[in-house]
Amino acid sequence: MTTLTRGPEAVKLPAPAPAARRRGRALTITLFVLPALVLFLLLVVAPILVAFYASAFRWNGFGGLPTNFIGFDNFTRLFSTEIFRRDLWHLLVLVLLSLCVQLPLSLAIALLLNQRIRGRAVYRLVFFAPYVLSEVITGVLFSLILAPDAGMANQVLALFGADSDWLADPDTVMPSLFLVMTWKYFGFHMMILLAGRQNIPGELIEAAQIDGASGWRTFRHITLPLLGPTIRISVFLSVIYTIQLFDLVWILTGGGPSHSSETMAVTMFEWGFKRSQVGYASAISVVMFVLALVFALFYQRFVMRRDLEGATTSMGGRR
Amino acid sequence: MLRPAEKGPLGMKRSVVLIATAVLVAGCGGGGGGGGTAASGSGESAAPAKVTLEWWHLSTAEPLKTLWAQRAKEFEAQNPNVTIKATVLENDAYKAKLTTITQSGKAPDIFATWGGGVLKQQIDADLVKDLSSDVADILPGFTTASLSAYQFDGKIYGLPTDIGMVGFWYNKKLFGKAGITQPPATWSEFLDDVKKLKAAGVTPIALAGKEKWPGHYYWAYLAMRIAGLDALKQAAVDKNFNTPDFVAAGQQVKALADLQPFQKGFLGAAYSTPDGQAATIGNGKAAMELMGQWAPSVQKDAGKGLGEDLGFFPFPAVEGGKGSATDAFGGGGGLAVGVDAPKEAVDFVKFMTRMDNHTKAVQAGGVLPVLKGEESAVTDPNLKEVATKLAGATGYQLYLDQAYPPAVGQQVNDSVAELIAGTKTPEQVAQAITEVAKTEE
Repeated sequence: MTTLTRGPEAVKLPAPAPAARRRGRALTITLFVLPALVLFLLLVVAPILVAFYASAFRWNGFGGLPTNFIGFDNFTRLFSTEIFRRDLWHLLVLVLLSLCVQLPLSLAIALLLNQRIRGRAVYRLVFFAPYVLSEVITGVLFSLILAPDAGMANQVLALFGADSDWLADPDTVMPSLFLVMTWKYFGFHMMILLAGRQNIPGELIEAAQIDGASGWRTFRHITLPLLGPTIRISVFLSVIYTIQLFDLVWILTGGGPSHSSETMAVTMFEWGFKRSQVGYASAISVVMFVLALVFALFYQRFVMRRDLEGATTSMGGRR
Repeated sequence: MLRPAEKGPLGMKRSVVLIATAVLVAGCGGGGGGGGTAASGSGESAAPAKVTLEWWHLSTAEPLKTLWAQRAKEFEAQNPNVTIKATVLENDAYKAKLTTITQSGKAPDIFATWGGGVLKQQIDADLVKDLSSDVADILPGFTTASLSAYQFDGKIYGLPTDIGMVGFWYNKKLFGKAGITQPPATWSEFLDDVKKLKAAGVTPIALAGKEKWPGHYYWAYLAMRIAGLDALKQAAVDKNFNTPDFVAAGQQVKALADLQPFQKGFLGAAYSTPDGQAATIGNGKAAMELMGQWAPSVQKDAGKGLGEDLGFFPFPAVEGGKGSATDAFGGGGGLAVGVDAPKEAVDFVKFMTRMDNHTKAVQAGGVLPVLKGEESAVTDPNLKEVATKLAGATGYQLYLDQAYPPAVGQQVNDSVAELIAGTKTPEQVAQAITEVAKTEE
């Protein structure tokens, strides 16, 4: 994702090929693309279509294809439930927290670790390490740390005479969940931002300093604008991740207490796999898909447009 | 599988994968479901053709693991044409694998089942063999309670290998500390005892609030005591739980929850983890739990275990309720036969539940009696108590999350969890369960 080369000037227009050679090339391309295309259609496109199809039926998943057609009933039912509206609310909260807390934190640490400080390679490694753990391991780890009675977090708090129910209280579960998410992902965003920061030529910063710009103004007018493309990618990844958030929540809370940390993917799993209402679960997955798709398209069209210029293929230079 | 690292700028691939998983499992199916049922033409009975029986079960713990394997060997020795291929999976993996294969339209030749609504769904999908005529001769040997989960419309679709009941497992020492000399016999005595325990500085009850099924036991038992067994069955048929009796059951759950009897942070607690419900009891940090016949072994597994201090009493009677105090609630396990399975599969199920074979499992403490006259084989005093209460049960109700269709059962669990957490009223609970019941066909 950092190969966002700017401008198409490197691409040379090839000499127009004779018809026969062009057909031969088309055959070669087809042959090479075919296996991947078949897999893509079979494993990606077909399931999406089946999910769309199933979402229009009342179906428990048993025996062949669904038969009880109910049109958009699954969707009306979905949007009328309090649980789904809360799922959407949780999504919004987590996205906002990610953008307003996690991202600035990652940026600050990235800039800090760009300085010449002793052992910065070690810090980079340590901060990035949580990202390498699987979500399940992270979940199990933190359900031990945040356990109400014997958990490490409460033992530390006890030193200050405080104590919290963390994941076991509807009021504190979302901040606790976000805490775990941040612990796991700030290192990842830090790494992207650090890479982006290192792509900024030192001369620019130097020039600004010679012109007498303060540290803050250098950051505000040089570093931040030039980090733009990287930040936009980082935001994009955060949002898409949050839309699909499942593993961590499932392990930590299962969506509870009382649905107060439930996400769309958790609701989908609950209905599809535990309650055997596959039609209804498909409707949830369709909403998730559309949400992610619409966001991705709009974001790329309006926010990341400049960043993506020249990064997409241009049909051998003939567009 | 949700790590953003693999996400290209075209990031919606991730959601696609998610949907793909849902849909693939949901059963665009076909594929390789693994059930290599030996389709031997079992019609002719001249020379027995060679058959392989696929047997799926979930007894991964001793003593059953070894005992079941021994039974399979013995059966093979007696029937040289039969090979038994056992697939033994842990609980959750078992449920997932069985769901996947049944949704693709197949079933193993012999498979472990809890009966109830889940089995009913498989029967409706034409996956399970009707055993009525094959087992008619041996049915009278089984206890009534043990059979009930596998009977639908007068037909029988499985034979039980285990049966138990849910009741209160309590710490005699902690009860003594609170000055309680006798386990409560009525619900109001029970609530008084909870207050006494609290006053004595003891956490009265341990509950795994994160897993919702342990909480549903309270509502289910209260509904049985207040509304009666028939009302629970009728509610599923009418798709209506919105009756005064079910609301009353909810109010009693709320009355209990309002006393704040549960351990600290119970809403986030699991059942069998090192700080979960079972461990809290097993380590003497709470006075009782409402749990099934497996409770003592899990208490010992997750915590220290109570040994001599552990006692059992059945769920108390509710004054003025329609249900009897001797009605029992619980479940067990049984074996069902796939619809296309060769006839040897039925023979094997009968073999497994024959008195001499089954009693060995009872003696080993692996299961409780399902056959009349097996009670004497139980050795552990607490399990003996469970078996006696069960033998004298006047009625039997399977776990609601197994008895009802999965969506309804899970909604019971879910709504009761919200009731206990104080975010829903008893009326809302009855309403929510009714609404989900109406979405089932």
